Amino acid sequence: MPPVIRAENLTKVYGDLTAVNGISFEVPRGESFGLLGPNGAGKSTAMKMIASVSARTSGVLEVLGLDPNTDGPAIRSQLGVVPQEDNLDQELRVAENLISYGRFFGMSRADATARATELLEFAQLTDRAKAKVEPLSGGMKRRLTIARSLMNDPQMLLLDEPTTGLDPQARHVLWDRLFRLKERGTTLILTTHYMDEAEQLCDRLIVVDQGAIMAEGSPAQLIREHSTREVLEVRYGSANNAVVAKQIADVGDRQEILPDRILIYSDNGERDLAEITKRGHHPTTSLVRRSSLEDVFLRLTGRTLVE
Amino acid sequence: MSAVTAPRRRFGGLSGGNARAIIERGLRATMSNNYLIILSGFFEPVFYLFSMGIGLGGIIGSIDVNGTSIPYGAYIAPALLAVSAMNGAIYDSTWNVFFKLNFGKLYQTMLLTSLGPLDVAIGEITLALLRGGVYAVGFLIVMQAMGLVLSPFALLAIPAVILIAAGFASMGMAFTSYMKTFQQMDWLPMVMLPMFLFSATFYPITVYPEAIQLMIQAFPLWHGVELIRMLTTGIFTSAIWIHIGYFLVMLGIGVVVVSRRLRKLFLS
Repeated sequence: MPPVIRAENLTKVYGDLTAVNGISFEVPRGESFGLLGPNGAGKSTAMKMIASVSARTSGVLEVLGLDPNTDGPAIRSQLGVVPQEDNLDQELRVAENLISYGRFFGMSRADATARATELLEFAQLTDRAKAKVEPLSGGMKRRLTIARSLMNDPQMLLLDEPTTGLDPQARHVLWDRLFRLKERGTTLILTTHYMDEAEQLCDRLIVVDQGAIMAEGSPAQLIREHSTREVLEVRYGSANNAVVAKQIADVGDRQEILPDRILIYSDNGERDLAEITKRGHHPTTSLVRRSSLEDVFLRLTGRTLVE
Repeated sequence: MSAVTAPRRRFGGLSGGNARAIIERGLRATMSNNYLIILSGFFEPVFYLFSMGIGLGGIIGSIDVNGTSIPYGAYIAPALLAVSAMNGAIYDSTWNVFFKLNFGKLYQTMLLTSLGPLDVAIGEITLALLRGGVYAVGFLIVMQAMGLVLSPFALLAIPAVILIAAGFASMGMAFTSYMKTFQQMDWLPMVMLPMFLFSATFYPITVYPEAIQLMIQAFPLWHGVELIRMLTTGIFTSAIWIHIGYFLVMLGIGVVVVSRRLRKLFLS
C-alpha cells in the first residue's frame, strides 16, 4: 500500500528563515506518527504543508498520493485538522459548529446533522449541543475541535499540540479518544513537546530541530539508541554538585551535570548508587528511574534555550 | 461510507466549488446573533429621505434632469437607494470581514476543509450583497409609498442595486484583506463620506468645475446614483452602459484581488 505521506527534501523558506530544511520521511497508512522538537523547530510549518494550507518552497511532498500545491481541496477533503489554537466559530452554537463544518466539505444537511450527533457523543458534549462556544472549558473546546476535525470521516488526522494547556484529567480523556481513533485505523500525525504524550500515542516519531531531522524511530528504539536503560539522579546541593561530579566521573556510561543535580546514565542505577555511596558521597536525595523519551529529546536538542 | 467526496480540481486548487456552504454559515450566524443590528443600516437612508426629501424638498420644489423637471424627493431617493446598497455591502465586507480575518480566524478554519479561497471570497461577497439587496427592496417600498417612483423601470433597480452592492462588497473585502489594525480601518469613512456627499446625491454635479466633476465620476458611487436614478425616473441616456460596465469591472477586479489575497494570507 502506498504511504499516506511521502516527503523528500521538503523545504520551506520564509524570507531569511529556513523553517523546514530538507526533511524526508514516509508515513504508512494507519500509523500514529509524531513530530517532536523544541519551539520553532519547524513542526507546525511541516504540519501546515501536510495540511495543504502552506505551499512548500522546494522538495517533494505527496499526501494521499496527491500534490498539495495543486490538489489542496481534494487532499483536505480527506484530512482532519486540529490546529494549535482553538479556532471554533464563536458566532455559532456547539452543534452548529460541527454541522456548518460538515457543509464546508459538501456534506448534505442530513448527513452533517447525523454525523454531528454521533460526534458530540464521542466528544462527550451531547448535553452542550445547543450551548454557546465561548464559555466552554479548555478541555471541552479541544474535544469539540477534535469532533469537528472528524466530521468528514478523515483518513488522516493532523493534531498540532493537541493537549497543550489542558489539565491532567482533560489530557487523559483526550488521549483515550485519540487512542480509539487509532484503533479504528485512522492515521494520526501529531506534534507535541510532551514526551509522555509521544510515548503514549506514537508508533514512530521524528525529532526535529532547526528544521532538520535529528532522529527517527519508535519511542523504545530511540531510547535504546540515544540513551541508557536507566537514569540515576543525585543531588548534593548546588554548591557541591560540580565538585562531587569530578570524583565520580567514572561511574555510569555518561553523566550530565546540571545546576541542581547530576544525571548518571547507566544500565543499572541501583548498582551505581551503591558505588557512589561506597566512595563516601552520600547524596541529599537520589532517584533511579527508567530512561524516557525526554532524556533522548534533551540529548538530541540540547538543554539550552535557543529562541 | 463517508459522505464526503473529493472535489474536482478547479482553478489550480483555488476553489472547492462550494461557496454555498459559506453563505449558509453566514445566514445562520446572522440569525442566531445580530439580526437587529442589520436593521440599523436600513434606517439611515430612510432618515435622510424624510429629512431632506420632505424638508428641503418643500423649499426647493423640483429639479431639472436632462430637461425634465422632477420633484426634489424623487431626485434624491434613487441616490439614497444606491447609498443604502453601498452601506450594506461595505459594512459586511469590511468590518465583518476584518473581524473574521484577524480575530475569529474563521477563514483559516474554512480553508482547512475542501473549500478554496475562491469559495470564501464568493461566499462572503454574496452575503454582503444579499444584505445590500434586502436594504434596497425595503427602501424601494418606502419610495413607492411616498410616491417617489416615477417609472415602471424602477423594478430593474433591484438587480441594479445588487450589481452595485456586489461591486462595493468585492472592493470592500479586497481593501480589508490588506488591513491589519483598527487605525487603518479608519480610512474607510474618509472615502465613504465624501463619496456620499458629492456623488450627485443631493444636487447635480454640474455645479462644480469640470476637473472636480471628472474626479467625482471616477468614483463608483456616482455611477451607482446615476444608474438607479435613470431606472426610477425613467429618464435614460446611453451612459447607462458605462455605469453598468463600471460595476462589472469593479466586481471582477475585486474577486480576483480577494482570492489572490486569501491565497497569499492562508495558503502560501
